[in-house]
Order: sequence, then structure tokens, then C-alpha cells
Amino acid sequence: MITFDQVSKRYPGGIDVLKNVSFELAKGEMAYLSGHSGAGKSTLLKLIAAIERPNSGTVLVNNQNVSKLKSDALPYLRRNFGLIFQDHKLLFDRNVFDNVLLPLQICGFEYKESAKRVRAALDKVGLLGREKSNPIALSGGEQQRLCIARAIVNRPSILLADEPTGNLDAEYAEEIMNIFNSFHQVGVTLLISTHDAALLRETNLRIIELKQGAIQPHSRYAADLHETEDA
Amino acid sequence: MNTLSTQQGVIRTALGRMFVSPMAGIVNILVIGIALSLPAGMYVLLKNAQGLVAQLSGSPQISLFLAMDATPYSEEQIRRQLNDHQNIKSVEFISRTDALNTLSEETGLTDVIAGLDKNPLPDAFVISPRTSNAKQLDELRNELQKIQGVELAQLDSAWAYKLEAFVEFAHIAVLVLASLLSLGLIAITFNTIRLQIVTQRDEIQVAKLIGATDAFIRRPFLYFGAIQGLLGGIAAWLIILSSLQLLKQPLANLSQLYASNFALEPLSAGDSASLLLFSLYLGWLGAWLSVARHLSLIESR
Ligand SMILES: Nc1ncnc2c1ncn2[C@@H]1O[C@H](COP(=O)(O)OP(=O)(O)O)[C@@H](O)[C@H]1O
Ligand SMILES: [Mg+2]
Repeated sequence: MITFDQVSKRYPGGIDVLKNVSFELAKGEMAYLSGHSGAGKSTLLKLIAAIERPNSGTVLVNNQNVSKLKSDALPYLRRNFGLIFQDHKLLFDRNVFDNVLLPLQICGFEYKESAKRVRAALDKVGLLGREKSNPIALSGGEQQRLCIARAIVNRPSILLADEPTGNLDAEYAEEIMNIFNSFHQVGVTLLISTHDAALLRETNLRIIELKQGAIQPHSRYAADLHETEDA
Repeated sequence: MNTLSTQQGVIRTALGRMFVSPMAGIVNILVIGIALSLPAGMYVLLKNAQGLVAQLSGSPQISLFLAMDATPYSEEQIRRQLNDHQNIKSVEFISRTDALNTLSEETGLTDVIAGLDKNPLPDAFVISPRTSNAKQLDELRNELQKIQGVELAQLDSAWAYKLEAFVEFAHIAVLVLASLLSLGLIAITFNTIRLQIVTQRDEIQVAKLIGATDAFIRRPFLYFGAIQGLLGGIAAWLIILSSLQLLKQPLANLSQLYASNFALEPLSAGDSASLLLFSLYLGWLGAWLSVARHLSLIESR
């Protein structure tokens, strides 16, 4: 579903953030993307959604070379993804309901059908009672769940979540992971970036670890991560 | 994609943005309205002036007075020249005898005229030209004046044609004024949309990130420009209408003094529609230019 082949990325005037990164994420797979702050996790996720372009190498999504897409094809590529941004990117000029409505407006859904879907998405993340609130009035965990609702409302086949449990208590983090697991069960492909050691320690999911711009060869399982951290 | 409900959604979005700062919106609409009402109002007055000119001058005529010593032979020659002239519609000959009879009948000075030992009036042709254009009439008069045996070629109601020439000049002045103010209107919309794009920056960025096409992002701004332009046009229309209403009575009094039944014609339905369409188009154009200029400055990251 997602293939990186020898992908390098350098921001103008900076050093290489990613160096010859290659990996594959199968359809319906759920994996973590780990690495400490600044390792290039956000950059890697942005490359998948063609928010950034690689300097070399190819990024394939559904066998489509993302970095070669024309700019007028980008919107349609991005509609395949549910994007959960590290900085949330919620809109504070509108209420919770309208924030979740935006992706459906973009795709041109009828209002009635949209409203139904928005309420279903809000229900899924437990925010149905807050649809009239402004996002600014929500707690950190609620804002995070709102991001998830907006990402899933369009029923995407791929979810890309950038540190979705970032500043949350363990309890909230677990809640959110449960939501992701339920999507995994219905066949959605998920890539979740995190530097939450506790989360990584407990999981038996695949872990793709970034270190100094490269993927650690032996970073598939949580146990391996322990070794590298101790070293 | 472009279902009716999404169109309504876009219009609602555009109107919603207008009511975010209603005062600024109203000021914009008023400025546009006043700017448009100036040339449009002058246009209405000019159209009325043209009507007045036509009413006062009727169809133009040139009177050709022959020399007192003209012979029937030279009269015949002049008549042939006039008949052959392509800019002349019809020619009527009024002999000096006929002229004198008419004069005595119309004035009642029969005795005085009978007492004259010599007819003081010349033979004359009255000519209806094909044109009613002031400049062409003047050229025709000059040409006829040069004909051998013609003492005097006189353009009747020459003042009306001069007025018409002035109206024509004023028309061009109004056109220039309208062009300048239209540019101003485009500039106003351009700037309003620029400010909107700046304040909507977050929304635009997020929308792009989650798959909005450029057309989707552009649409509410274009609708906003068009709606603001249209409302400005309606304001202009109301300004003109009420101004004409104010002028009506004083003008009626004035025209009574001149024993004329002249009344101000308001904007016709066609002119009103043109005004509204034009203002809508200008608003749309200003928004389009602004979006083309500013949207690309917002990068999708
Ligand atoms: N837009 C950008 N321009 C320049 N440098 C950037 C930009 N985004 C990220 N970086 C740099 O790239 C490196 C990786 O950043 P990022 O991908 O955000 O890492 P992570 O998400 O793992 O914390 C950092 O050193 C960061 O400073
Ligand atoms: Mg990051």
C-alpha cells in the first residue's frame, strides 16, 4: 500500500533529514513510526501525503508515484488519507461539528448525508455531546479525538497519525489507541508516529524506528527497541 | 460535485464572511454604490438631455436663400444639383411670391405688403438632410453655401445641434469616468479579498491539506466578490432612483416656464439590469484577480 524506495529528503539549507529510507507498509497493516524528536517522523508522514516532496527516491501509494503527481491531482490523492497532524490544525473560527464537516464539504457531499456521517464520526470518538462547542473549549485529549473524527469522517483507507498521543495522560492515550485498533480491525492501513516509550514497550505491533535519518535495521519489534535504547 | 446544496453552501459561506464584519461590508457596499451611481446617474441625465434635444429641434432643415437676381435658369440648375445630392432627402422650392403670400397671411399685414412696390423676399429652397449629426449638417451647410447663385445657407435650430454635440462629448466624459471608477471598484474588491485570504489563511491551509481543490478554495471568494458587487450595484440603483425623485418637481416647474412637457425618464429596465450585471461582474473580476494573486502565496504546509 505504501512503499518507500531509497527516499532522501533535505530541507533547503539543512542537512539530510531522511537518508535512503526504504520500507513497505502492507494494505491493512498497522505500524508505529518511532524515533526521538527531530528524527524525521513528521517529514516521513508528509512525504506520504505529498505535503513535502523527496529530493531523491520514490514514494508509492497504491502503486502511484506520489512525488511525480501533478499539483491538480494532489487533492484527489489526499482524499485517500485520514491525516492527524501533530499540531492538530483545528479551526477555531467554527464549532466541533463544522470542523468535522470540512472534509465532506471538500468532497462535495450532500448536507444531509454529511451531517449523518459527522455525527457518526463524533460518536466514534465520544464527542457527540460537544458538537456545538468551539474546539478551543475542549481539553487536550478531546481536541486530539476531534482531530481523529475529522480524519476518519471521509472513511479513508489510510490513516496517518503524527504523535496522536503526544501530550496525553496514559489513560487518554490508551483510549485513542483503542480507537485506532478498531479501525485496524476493519481493514484500514495505519501508520502512527510516536516517541512515547511506554506505548512502544507494551505493543506487539511492528515498529519502524528512525535514527539519524535512517531506518534502524533491527527495529521491527518492541524488544529490539529496548536493546537500541539501552545501547 | 456542484449540486444545488453545495452551491447554497458556498453562498452561505460567502455571506457568512460578509457578516463577520458587517460595518466594513456596509461601508464597502456604499463606496461601490456611490462610485457607480456617479457615472450611471450622469448617463441617465444625458439620455434625458438627448431626448430634450430631439424634442426641441425636430427634424433638421437647411434653408437656401437665392440671390435676388437669380434667373429661372439658375434656379433650375440649383434644383438639379440638390436633387442629385446624396445627403439630401427632399427639396422643397418656395418662390418669392409664395413666400410673400404666406407672410401676409400669417402676419395679417396684407395692406402693408400690398403697398410695397417690390417683393423684398428671395426665392428659397428648404432642404431636409438625411443626417441629423451636427458635424455633418454643418459640413452640408458649408457646401450648399458655395453653390453659385445661393446668397445664404442657413441651418435651422443650429443651437440644438450644438447642444447635441456637447451631449456627445459629455457621453465620452461619462465613459472615461465610468472606466476609472470601475477600476476603483475592482481595486476595492481586490483588497477586501486580500484581507479575507489573510484571515482565512488557516482554513485555506487545512483545506488544501485534506484534499481541497483550488476551485473549491477559490469559489467562496469569487462568490463574495460577485455578491458584494451586486449589492453595490443595488445601492447605486437606489441612489439614482432617489436622486431622480428629488429632481422631479423642480424640473417640472422649470419645464412649465418654458411651456414644455418635458419629464425625467428614470432608468429603464434594460439599463437597470445592465447596471446590476456590470457591478456583479466587476466584483467577481476583482475577486478573481485577488485570488489569482494571493492564493498561490499560501503554501500547503
Ligand atoms: N519545514 C522545514 N524546514 C526546515 N527544516 C525542517 C522543516 N521541518 C522539519 N525540519 C527539520 O527536519 C528535522 C526533522 O523534523 P521532523 O520531521 O519534524 O522530526 P520529528 O517529527 O521526528 O520530530 C528537524 O531537524 C527539523 O528541524
Ligand atoms: Mg514531528
